[in-house]
Amino acid sequence: MPSESLSSLGPALRTHGLRMRYGQGTGLVNALDGVELEVARGETLAVMGPSGSGKSTLLHLLGGLERPSEGEVWLAGRRIDGLGEKALARLRRQAVGFVFQAFHLMDELTAEENVELPALLAGMSPRAARRRAGELLDRVGLAGRAGHLPSALSGGERQRVAVARALSNEPLVVLADEPTGNLDSAATADVLRLLDSLRETGQTLVIVTHDARVAAIADRLISMRDGSFVEETRLTRGGGRLSELAGLEG
Amino acid sequence: MGRILLICRLALRDLRRRPGEAALLLLATTAATATLTIALALNGVTGQPFQSTRAATAGPDVVASLAWPGQSEDPADLAGLEALASAPGVAAHSGPYPYTQAVVEANGVTVRAWTQGRGAEAAAVDQPALVEGGWVADGGAVLEASFAQAIGVDAGDAITLGGRSFRVAGVAVTAAADPYPKVCLAPCWFGVGAESRAENGPPRTRPRPERGPPSGPPEEPSFWIGQGGLVWVTEADARGLATRPGSLAYVMNLKLTDPAAAPAFVRAHMPEAESMLFPVAWQDILYGHARVAEWKQTALLGGSWMLGLLALASIAVLVGGRMADQLRRVGLLKAVGGTPGLVAAVLLAQHLAVALVAAAAGLLAGRLVAPLLAEPGIGLIGRADPGPLTLPVAGLVTALALGVAGVATFLPAVRAARTSTVRALADLPRPPRRAGWLIAVSARLPVPLLLGLRWAARRPRRAVLGVAAIAVTVTGIVAALATDARRYAEKAPGDDPRTALGQVLSLVVVMLVAQAVVNAVCVIWAATLEARRSSALARALGATPGQISAGLSAAQVLPALGGALLGIAGGIGLAEILDDDPVAVPPLWQLLAVVLGCVVVIAGLTAVPARLNARRPAGEALRTEPA
Repeated sequence: MPSESLSSLGPALRTHGLRMRYGQGTGLVNALDGVELEVARGETLAVMGPSGSGKSTLLHLLGGLERPSEGEVWLAGRRIDGLGEKALARLRRQAVGFVFQAFHLMDELTAEENVELPALLAGMSPRAARRRAGELLDRVGLAGRAGHLPSALSGGERQRVAVARALSNEPLVVLADEPTGNLDSAATADVLRLLDSLRETGQTLVIVTHDARVAAIADRLISMRDGSFVEETRLTRGGGRLSELAGLEG
Repeated sequence: MGRILLICRLALRDLRRRPGEAALLLLATTAATATLTIALALNGVTGQPFQSTRAATAGPDVVASLAWPGQSEDPADLAGLEALASAPGVAAHSGPYPYTQAVVEANGVTVRAWTQGRGAEAAAVDQPALVEGGWVADGGAVLEASFAQAIGVDAGDAITLGGRSFRVAGVAVTAAADPYPKVCLAPCWFGVGAESRAENGPPRTRPRPERGPPSGPPEEPSFWIGQGGLVWVTEADARGLATRPGSLAYVMNLKLTDPAAAPAFVRAHMPEAESMLFPVAWQDILYGHARVAEWKQTALLGGSWMLGLLALASIAVLVGGRMADQLRRVGLLKAVGGTPGLVAAVLLAQHLAVALVAAAAGLLAGRLVAPLLAEPGIGLIGRADPGPLTLPVAGLVTALALGVAGVATFLPAVRAARTSTVRALADLPRPPRRAGWLIAVSARLPVPLLLGLRWAARRPRRAVLGVAAIAVTVTGIVAALATDARRYAEKAPGDDPRTALGQVLSLVVVMLVAQAVVNAVCVIWAATLEARRSSALARALGATPGQISAGLSAAQVLPALGGALLGIAGGIGLAEILDDDPVAVPPLWQLLAVVLGCVVVIAGLTAVPARLNARRPAGEALRTEPA
């Protein structure tokens, strides 16, 4: 199993010389240009930047959803950029949870069925998967909405279901792509509280966002532009930079 | 006028943008229209050669035969036949001629033949027309043409007849008997006479219908009712071949003043139940000749309707899939002022245009192929001409094409037109259907089946179309196999002309399979497009490419398996409906091969797009913002 080859020491994620190019000739786009990154275990990292700066591409590469044009990606001490699709899938199953801006819930499945799906794909028994889904929905405050279809849930509730789904297999790292991008203020606050509670439990989180309020819960903030990191800030909780950022988009 | 022009321009542009799809639609509809054209062209195709043969042989209007099938030593009583010859309405007659049954051995084939004694002089009624060699002579037999062909003999060859050596003096055609192996003289009966007798009760002594070896034990019946050919010899040879008095019977050919009244004449002159006199009208003999063509026509008509249903399914899936793919374009059209009616009209117009081209192509192809399938039938002279293309045929074929395209396009077109403009512009797919019980059941299955069942259940209408398409195809194949099984179970010795039906059945089966493949490609194309995002999501959640690929295949194979099983029952039922005789169930290995074949073909067709889908980086489908 891939999890057996993952180290319990060292950083959760690391990249070296990461490059990603799309297209060719005059249409060549450098989505990522030599990114060097290290995310410690239990750390919450926020990546900010304008549209097209390469944030989502970075997230996909970190989660093995795409392969880099050049460079290395390490997950818990294991290099994953050269792994085959099958090995990557097993790795994601065990070590990575995704949260997407568009939620990407299965429309025909209830909240509970959506949350149990990763566990079923990982081979957990239906009974154990259902029990785990119940616990997670309870944790995100949606125990009473377990039997509802996504269409019957608000945007914030859908994203909380997506977060619960991401936690289904107790991943080493949760990668969140604009988790509040489609939400109103109230729903954003709910999701922020949830992410913050995850941070407090020691869950490694990498959050790509436009929203300074989301970034404010992070331990570290990286700004991106044109595929490169342009600024890195370690955030301290309770004032200064954090309050300043939170106030920007209030 | 301006609106019509706009619809035409938009429809034409759409067709040009998607030539592959238009070609698939054209192919699917043309297969149905061509098969229907052939089937309609074969209608009554045997009639003309039969009339030519009647004219050339002074064919009888009524053939009356009299047998005394062996339970008595009395000779046949000819009084009944003689009474018929002088009955009102009879213009001329020939005979009575003696006949018996004798075993023919030639080229390793052993088969019984009705052996009729004839004089050297030409008969006024039913003088068989020679197509090879000369007329009967002592020791020289003339074989009916379909019989000669079936056992592979020509004029000049040697045969054994009733244990004696004979030379084949010639080969001739007649309009007085069914073709090999359905020659039937008393005590065999058929046609309106048989119906009339059935209404009035069975004869005192029924003929023995069981089959036995051609040369049986001494107690075998004087006449053996079963498959046999027709041979003419001299009267002396015929009497010599009759092993005892009871095995000699007589036949008389009558010409009526009103040939059309032959069935009425037969009904009017049916003797009382005890008699072994059987008159047969020429219309019943024509029916016997037409049977082979009729089987072909039935097979082709059935095939054409099944192909039409498959085309309907293909077009419905294509249109549905295209709507899912083109939702944004529909939204744009509506956003710039296109009404829902315009959107629906553009879709309908392009498919009706394809249907019109398919109707023309089908009519042309059908006209070209029909003559190849319309041989006159062995044992007749003259050319079997499918006849000119009539307005009703052209109208029916065009109606089929337009009906298929219209019905298949109407619902998706209306649904697309009624989609909210905002939703269409946002390119939001139609929400999938939920089947709670299936989701619960699938949670207990291995991952590929879990994914496959859930994907199949997301679009039940498409799954039903897939099931229906496979069911229709397998119904056609199994019906063809059942027909074939019966034909071969009943196959007469030698080259049975009825097995020529195999050509038509093969054609229908090949076209059904081709059409089903087109349909499967359409279904798989639409399903793969639709599963792009959900399969990418499943991969993000930990499903391996192999599981995704197997799941996509399972989503197609499971409905196909259900369709194949339904089709087996449907095929046997269809064969039962189309055939008057009891149906022969094809061997188990053939049925298993059909089911496995369906599964393998669908799995094979799904494998490539499924693998391509599984290989695409999952991030592409899940991307929510440009890189």
